[in-house]
Amino acid sequence: MTVPSSPKAESARPKIGTAASLFRLYPFVKPALPRIAFGALSALVAALVALSIPQVLRHLVDGALQQGDATQLGWPVALVLLLGVLEAGMIWLRRWFVLQPGTHVEAAMRNALYQRLQQLPVSFHDRWPSGQLLSRAMSDLNQIRRWISFGIVLLVVNMLTIVIGLVFLLAINVWLGLLFVVCSIPLWIYGYLFEQKYSVVARRSQDQAGDLATSVEEAVHGIRVLKAFGRGSHALRKFAGQAEDLRGTEIEKARAIAGIWLWLLLVPDVTFALCLLGGVWLASLDELTVGQLVAFFATATVLRFPVESIGFLLSMTFDTRTAADRYFEVLDEPNTITDPAQPDPARPDPARPDPAQPESTRPLPSGQSLGRFTFDRVHFRYPDSLPQHADLLDGIELELVPGETMALVGITGSGKSTLTALASRLYDVTGGAIRLDGVDIRMLPLKCLRTQVAMAFEDATLFSASVRENVLLGRPEATEGELTKALMIAQAHFVFELPEGLDTMVGEEGLSLSGGQRQRLALARAVASAPRVLVLDDPLSALDVNTESLVQAALRRDLAATTTLVVAHRPSTVMLADRVALLEGGRITALGTHSELLAQNEHYRFVISSLQDEEARDARERRADERERQSRKQQSLEQQSRERISHRGEK
Amino acid sequence: MSVSGVQGEERSDFTAAESKQIRARSLRLLASLARPMRAKLALTLGVVVVSTVALVAGPAIIAYGIDTGLPALLRGNAVPLIGAVAIYLVAGVAGALLIAWYTVLTARIGQAILLDLRKRVFLHTQRLSLEFHERYTSGRIIARQTSDLDAIRELLDSGINQLVQGALYMTLVAVALVSLDFRSGLVLCAFLLPLATLTRWFQVRSRQRFRETRVASAGLIVQFVETMTGIRAVKAFRKEPQNARTFAALTETYRATNARVIQLFGVFEPGLLLIGNVALAVVLLLGGLRVADGSLAIGVLLAALLYTRQFFAPAEEMAMFYNSYQSAASALEKISGVLEETPGVPDPQDPIDLWQARGKLDFANVEFGYSAQTLILPRLALKIPAGQVVALVGATGAGKSTLAKLIARFYDPSHGQVLLDDVDLRRLHPKDLRRAIVMVTQEAYLFSGTVAENIALGKPDATREEIIAAATAVGAHGFIQALPDAYDSEVNKRGGRVSAGQRQLISFARAFLANPAVLILDEATASLDIPSERLVQEALTTLLAGRTALIIAHRLSTVAIADRVLVMESGRIVEDGTPRELISGTGRFAKLHAAWRDSLV
Repeated sequence: MTVPSSPKAESARPKIGTAASLFRLYPFVKPALPRIAFGALSALVAALVALSIPQVLRHLVDGALQQGDATQLGWPVALVLLLGVLEAGMIWLRRWFVLQPGTHVEAAMRNALYQRLQQLPVSFHDRWPSGQLLSRAMSDLNQIRRWISFGIVLLVVNMLTIVIGLVFLLAINVWLGLLFVVCSIPLWIYGYLFEQKYSVVARRSQDQAGDLATSVEEAVHGIRVLKAFGRGSHALRKFAGQAEDLRGTEIEKARAIAGIWLWLLLVPDVTFALCLLGGVWLASLDELTVGQLVAFFATATVLRFPVESIGFLLSMTFDTRTAADRYFEVLDEPNTITDPAQPDPARPDPARPDPAQPESTRPLPSGQSLGRFTFDRVHFRYPDSLPQHADLLDGIELELVPGETMALVGITGSGKSTLTALASRLYDVTGGAIRLDGVDIRMLPLKCLRTQVAMAFEDATLFSASVRENVLLGRPEATEGELTKALMIAQAHFVFELPEGLDTMVGEEGLSLSGGQRQRLALARAVASAPRVLVLDDPLSALDVNTESLVQAALRRDLAATTTLVVAHRPSTVMLADRVALLEGGRITALGTHSELLAQNEHYRFVISSLQDEEARDARERRADERERQSRKQQSLEQQSRERISHRGEK
Repeated sequence: MSVSGVQGEERSDFTAAESKQIRARSLRLLASLARPMRAKLALTLGVVVVSTVALVAGPAIIAYGIDTGLPALLRGNAVPLIGAVAIYLVAGVAGALLIAWYTVLTARIGQAILLDLRKRVFLHTQRLSLEFHERYTSGRIIARQTSDLDAIRELLDSGINQLVQGALYMTLVAVALVSLDFRSGLVLCAFLLPLATLTRWFQVRSRQRFRETRVASAGLIVQFVETMTGIRAVKAFRKEPQNARTFAALTETYRATNARVIQLFGVFEPGLLLIGNVALAVVLLLGGLRVADGSLAIGVLLAALLYTRQFFAPAEEMAMFYNSYQSAASALEKISGVLEETPGVPDPQDPIDLWQARGKLDFANVEFGYSAQTLILPRLALKIPAGQVVALVGATGAGKSTLAKLIARFYDPSHGQVLLDDVDLRRLHPKDLRRAIVMVTQEAYLFSGTVAENIALGKPDATREEIIAAATAVGAHGFIQALPDAYDSEVNKRGGRVSAGQRQLISFARAFLANPAVLILDEATASLDIPSERLVQEALTTLLAGRTALIIAHRLSTVAIADRVLVMESGRIVEDGTPRELISGTGRFAKLHAAWRDSLV
């Protein structure tokens, strides 16, 4: 596992140029390139047309108007009209060409990001706040789309327009043209300086916006806690602080933009003034006709918008560059948990699916022990744990024989949940191996592994979908009978009483269910996927005792052939197991049946047994009862209760 | 169908009256946001007027230079030319400086408005009841506060600039042209009609389209957030391909709605240009005829042409403004809808202070149902004296959590009153309410930040010693010390690195630090292992002394520390007594307790 990088590694980011950064968009833009090129071409033609209108004016002024001949006016005016219509047509073409590709590029990039995020390991998601991911998926990609269908095209075309316009100006009069070119030089220098300043601020602003999104998300997801403690205003203060920071950055950004605006307006104006002086002077010397003077200013006016727009387009380009950087930061994250390049060829792999056959109809390989699940000297440490700390899992040796139910017991924080997360490769072991029927699970395709190892978490996640879809998530092809059976095992009868039964929408977008109801659905989901190995991470914590024992009985009865690893906190859950493993200090320190461990292991008694507490309490109660009995003489009832207690004590 | 609040926000087919209602609501919001900015807005307006005048003066000065300066220079008089150039320079420099100033000014205003709006929406969503949150979904609230606010930010960033500057520019250009050459001005005015028609067409069409994009982007965000929050389950059950399909479909919808908007724009922009270029040709024709017969100076014709061209140039920018305006307007519609939602659990108008709560609770004929059809608590009367520890027992769905949520005032009763120390919770000062009553639930949410910060949520001004004491009391000190940075360790997203049990311990510590008069524990020990639970139980016996407590637990071990047990069934209290009385009886609780005892070892 790699050393985690912070989501905002501003300083550590290798410095690559804006062009190189933006060039990374090329693979996504490639299919759209022809249309974008045609769009740019149309825009260029439009610019040329706009530039040629002043030339017609020049002829008009020096010809017909000079001579006062109204009859010669017709054709040039018609030509101006024609050129005007042509320009509008070309702009329409430009829009038409670049409209589709921009949105397609955005959609493709968004889907690629989403898929990448789904592939990236859980450790990545532990590290990256989802607000930062969301701001990349929405704002940053919006920015990139606008740049592709608008920014880059206009930037290129406007630059070209300026160059061609300068040629026109030089053609009208060399001296005036030169004057115009020389006066524009400060603009280019400032444009370069602008990049340096602006891109830093732009990046900061986007990161801060991402942090703000994270705060929003947390305040919404943690609304119950905030309400319970009345800490809405506390959260607001933190949020407001972040929003203030963002405002500061945005104003800094505006100052940078104001700086370039100043130059972009100042330079042409000064240029115009000097050209007016020079132009009129040259005209007085007969170096220049009035028509040329008119054409010069008309051309320079056409160039004004492209020149002014450069500032806006540059800032847009730099914004896009940071957006692209942020996007590729996620896409570049190494995926450490992947399908094997070459499924283990040496060993026969009973678990490997025949790709030609769909999952549902694939027969299970027979004649072999199925569902043997082995932890072989498994080590695991989280990438950010301190070097002086021992591995969280420090050499786990455990073997589940097929069909066995193994309970995993240990104190809070001993690594039980982590161990279960390793079973379906939500994290990868950092040492040793986990084997399914003798095959290292890293040699199995992920899809195949996760078909055979199903999990139910304590923190039951339901998706915005119907009950049916949620339960059949792991095996959509299951029959109605199998679905009902899974629901029965999980004691989730309540679903039939929901407004629309199995088709009731639950999850974020639907009916909100209680914790116990969600857990039962999550359990039904794990059961319905008919895995060979079922991993249950304290899946019954929110159930009441009656329901819990019903679930256990059902699991015992109906999943006798399924290998099960169950994290247990309560003795009642342990009873379900054939054997119990005790996790202590990163190792399995004891293994045996519940009664064996209870008899032999002090730590086990400490972890699982609340009987001593109960007996102490009972003793207190008995003494109180004694006194009460004497006064009230409720003998028979007390006797009953005591008999039961002493009976239990004998056990 | 009503459109008040967030109702009907997924629709885009509003009737005229509904549209008007929604627009009025957005405008009211906008006005209230702009009001504190009045002085700054006035200054900005002044700056932009002056700077635009300076910009517009350009062509007229050039015309003067050619028509007056050139003949004068030919006669040997350079003064008019030098004067014209000097004025041009001054106007240009002043214009540029003012516009730079103006850019910073508008950014200040825009950012101030945005900050105000962000805070308002954030605070308001915090105020809205849980019932609203559950109905409206977290994804949508996040969408309102992220992508919708982004749309408004874009408008404020550049859109307003374009609108004010563009509109003013067009007006001043028209004025300059009319005063320079009356007839050319008339030609320009004639072209205002097609311009208005085109703009109106665009406006009507785009409003609906932009609404669609807002709905589509919210859908996308909801799916995205749900995937990232449930990533473990997504992976464990191989939901990735299915998710990818769903997401791709949503992306396509969003793309298509976006494309439709841009398509409108693709007609609008060339349309504007066409009108402008035709106008140019007409001005040229009419002006040329007059120059030919000598009634118009060439310089004036040039100026008229430059003005005509410039007149339509900002129209394009204004169309861009429309782009961001429409998307911001539909975002504002949605946001104003959320802001219009009245909190289902409103803060009292005239709050009653309760400095020192004793913790006496009273349910006076309380009825509660999430809707009229589903009554969860029918007519409940219950008195809990101060300092009593009450255990609430019953099957899932019996109404235990509802009862607890009513005490915490997550909901208000549909009928009757819940009273704390004889004060109706609805009249109690919210600060006093939250100080007096704290609820710990099974779902222990941790915020990003350190462990210490998360515990300190119970009492923001707590010292480090107090935090450690609280953590020690609930037995969380041990594992916190073992974390990489102890109390300063960052808990990752959704408490990724801290186990479920540890999260519960932290949230316990949080509650103890808050030191409330009434403590509600709703399945708060469910994820704890037995040793931790034992510690918490021990802590509870001391910490609950003198405190009113309501404990909901499936594990009946908790019940032992209770003074009183209430057994609930279908929203009614069916048994009520001390644990001992009930255990020794033959009722439901006795059975439950026996079953639980059998499950122990």
